Amino acid sequence: MSRVLVAMSGGVDSAVSAALMKEQGHDVTGVTLKLWGGPQDQGCCSVSDVDDARRVAQQLDIDHFVFNYGEEFDRHVVSPYVDAHAAGLTPNPCIECNRHIKFDALVSRAKKLGFDFVATGHHARIMETDRGLRLARGVDDDKDQSYVLYMLTAQDLSMLRFPVGEMTKSEVRELAHHQGLRSAAKPDSQDVCFITASEGRTSFLSDRLDLHTADVVDVEGNDLGTIDAVELVTIGQRRGLNLGGNADRTYAVHVDVPSRRVVVGSAQDLLSEQVQLADHVWADKPYIGPVQVQISAHGNQAAGSLTANGNVQWVDAHRKVAPGQAVVFYIDDLVIGGATAI
Amino acid sequence: METAKLDRPVYLDCAASTPIRPVVLDAMMPYLTEHFGNPSGGHRMARSSRAAIDDAREVCATLLGFGPHEIVFTSGGTESDNLAIHGVCNLNGIAVCPETEHHAVLYPVESHNGRLVGVTSNGDIDLEHLEAVLDEDVSVVSVMLVNNESGRIIDLDAVAEVRDRCAPQALLHTDAVQAVNWLDIVNAARRADMMSLSGHKFGAPKGIGLLAVRNQVAVVPQILGGGQEAERRSGTHNTAGIVALGAALQCLDESRESEIARLGGLSERLASALTAAIPGCFETISQSERAAGILQIVIEDVESEALLVLLERHGVMASAAASCASGAMDPSHVLAAMGMERTVAAGSLRLSLGWCTEDWEVEHAVEAIPRCVEQLRGAS
Repeated sequence: MSRVLVAMSGGVDSAVSAALMKEQGHDVTGVTLKLWGGPQDQGCCSVSDVDDARRVAQQLDIDHFVFNYGEEFDRHVVSPYVDAHAAGLTPNPCIECNRHIKFDALVSRAKKLGFDFVATGHHARIMETDRGLRLARGVDDDKDQSYVLYMLTAQDLSMLRFPVGEMTKSEVRELAHHQGLRSAAKPDSQDVCFITASEGRTSFLSDRLDLHTADVVDVEGNDLGTIDAVELVTIGQRRGLNLGGNADRTYAVHVDVPSRRVVVGSAQDLLSEQVQLADHVWADKPYIGPVQVQISAHGNQAAGSLTANGNVQWVDAHRKVAPGQAVVFYIDDLVIGGATAI
Repeated sequence: METAKLDRPVYLDCAASTPIRPVVLDAMMPYLTEHFGNPSGGHRMARSSRAAIDDAREVCATLLGFGPHEIVFTSGGTESDNLAIHGVCNLNGIAVCPETEHHAVLYPVESHNGRLVGVTSNGDIDLEHLEAVLDEDVSVVSVMLVNNESGRIIDLDAVAEVRDRCAPQALLHTDAVQAVNWLDIVNAARRADMMSLSGHKFGAPKGIGLLAVRNQVAVVPQILGGGQEAERRSGTHNTAGIVALGAALQCLDESRESEIARLGGLSERLASALTAAIPGCFETISQSERAAGILQIVIEDVESEALLVLLERHGVMASAAASCASGAMDPSHVLAAMGMERTVAAGSLRLSLGWCTEDWEVEHAVEAIPRCVEQLRGAS
C-alpha cells in the first residue's frame, strides 16, 4: 500500500483516478487546487468545482484538502500569459500550469508530506522502457493529453500515476456511473480556465495590457486595412482580420507587434519547411532524426525530423507554428521531448 | 507516532469553534423538543418559549453590562457585525475600522465609503492614523477587542477617547466574538455603543449570536418581517439557541477567571516549548499583549497549508489564516497589515485553546509540531 495524493479538479477523470487508486488498496488523499480568484466558468478551480471534488471525496471516504496556489498561478501562468500576448506570442497556459503548479509546487509539497505518489486524471501513460520511464499517449486518441505533459522527465514520472491513461473516456464515464460518482456526466473542461466564455480573451487581456491597432498588409506590402489589437492575432488565424470578402482564404502569416503590422497571405504563404525551437525538454538525451510532431493540444501529428540544432524539419511543408506554441516530438506513442516555437 | 492512538483528535482550534458545553446542551434540549411553541404567539406553549428567551436575555444583558432591551439576538457574529455597521450608516455614511478586522466587519465597512486604519507591527491600532481619518462625516468606528487571528488585545478605551475628541457623533462598535472568552468584557467594552458576540465561540451552538446596542442608538433593521427583537431583527426566535447562549455565557462568566489562568498557562507552555524547539519560530504577539488562549506563531521556511495537513495526520487540528469559501487558506490580511512579508506570513499557525482543552493535548502538540516542521524542512 502506498500513500497517494490525488489532484482532484472536480471533473470525472480525476474522480475516477481517485476511485481506482483506492480500489487498488492505496491510502488515498484528495486535494483540489485553488488557482484563480477571478471570475471563471467551470474551470478547474472554481468554488463549485471544489464542491464537486469534495463531494466525490466524501463518496469515496477519503480525506480531501484544498491548497491555495493562487499567487503561484498568477506568477507562473497568468502573468506570463499576458506578457506573451504583449510580445506577440501564442502561449499555452495549461502547459505552464502543469510545469510550475501541478508537477512542481504540488509534487514537491506531496513529497514533503510523505506521499509516495501523486495521481492526476490526465489521459496519458507512463511506460517502463529499457531506458527508464517514459511518457506515452493515453489509449484514447481523442482525449490524449501527453502533449501538455511533455515537460515531465523520467524522474518526475517516477512520482506520478495517471490511472485513466489506460482507459477511453467512455470507459471512464462508465466506471464513474457504475460507482455512482456525482461527476460522472460532468462535461469536459474547455479552454483556458481563467478566461470566461462571457468575457472572453479580448476583454481579459485588454484589462491587463495595452492593445494596439495594427496595419494589415499582404505579402507584397500592400495596405489592406487595420485591426484593433495586434496582440491578439495568432499566425494561421483567418477570422477577425477585417478583410471583407477574401477572408476565407486569407491567413495571418506574420505578426510583428513592435511595428504594429500583420502580414496576411494565402494558405501557400503560410507554409514553412522548418520550425525554429528553444527551451527543449528531452525524455532522455537530445534526439536527432525522424519523429512525429504535434503542435497543439488536440491537433494531428505530422512527420518531421529533428535537426542537429534542435529544430524540426518537416517532411512535407507545414503550416507555420505560432511563436510561443509548444511542439512535442513522438516516436510511436512515446514522447521523446518537446520545445517552444520561436 | 503518526496517526497516534488518540481517543480523540487534539483540538487546538477553539477560535474557530468550540463544542457545546454539556450543561448548555441540557439547558437547550427542552426547547428543541417539548417547548417548541413560537415565542411570538399568544398561547401557553408560546409563552413558555417566550419566558425562556426573556430569562436568557436578562442573563446576557447583566453579564455583558447592558440592559435587557439592549440585546438583539441574531444568527451569529457575522450578522451582528453587519447589523451594527449597515444599521447605523446611511447612504452617505462613512465607516472606519482597522485593517486587521474580520471580514465580517471589513467588507461592510468598505461598502460604506470605508476608511481603513493601519496597525503597528505588533498589531495595535495606530491611534494617530485613527485620529487622522476621523471627522464629522464618520458614522461608525468598528474595532475588534481581541483579534481572531493573532489574539492581539486592543484597548477600546483609548479608541473611544480618540473618537470622543475627533468624531463625537460616530458610534463605536466592537466585535467581541473572541474577546468574551478572555477579557472582563463589561469593563473592556464599557465604552462601546454596540458589541457583537457569537455563541459557538464559547460553548453554545452555531447559528446564535447577539448584538448589544445601547439604548440611545437606533439601528435600522437589515431583516424585515414580523418585527421581533423590538423591530431590530425580524424572524422567528431561535429559542433553543438563545437559551443556549444565555447558559453558555453564564458558564463562561463563572469560569472565566480560572480558565484564563489555566489556559493562559497552557498557551505559554506551547509558546515557550515551540519557540525553543523550532529554529526560526516566533510569536506574532507577545504574551502580555494577546488573549490568554490565542497563540499565533510564525515558522520560517514552512508553508502552513502543508504543515496543517501533516499536523492532522498526527492528530492535531489547528488553523492558519482565515479560510475562504472553497476551504483554501487565503494569505493572512492581519499579518500583512502588521507589515509581515508574505513569504514569512505563509508560515503562520494559530493554536487556540478553549473550555474543552486538556493538558495532554498541549503536551501532544508540543511533541508533534516540531517533528512535523522538521519533516517539512528536511524534505525540502
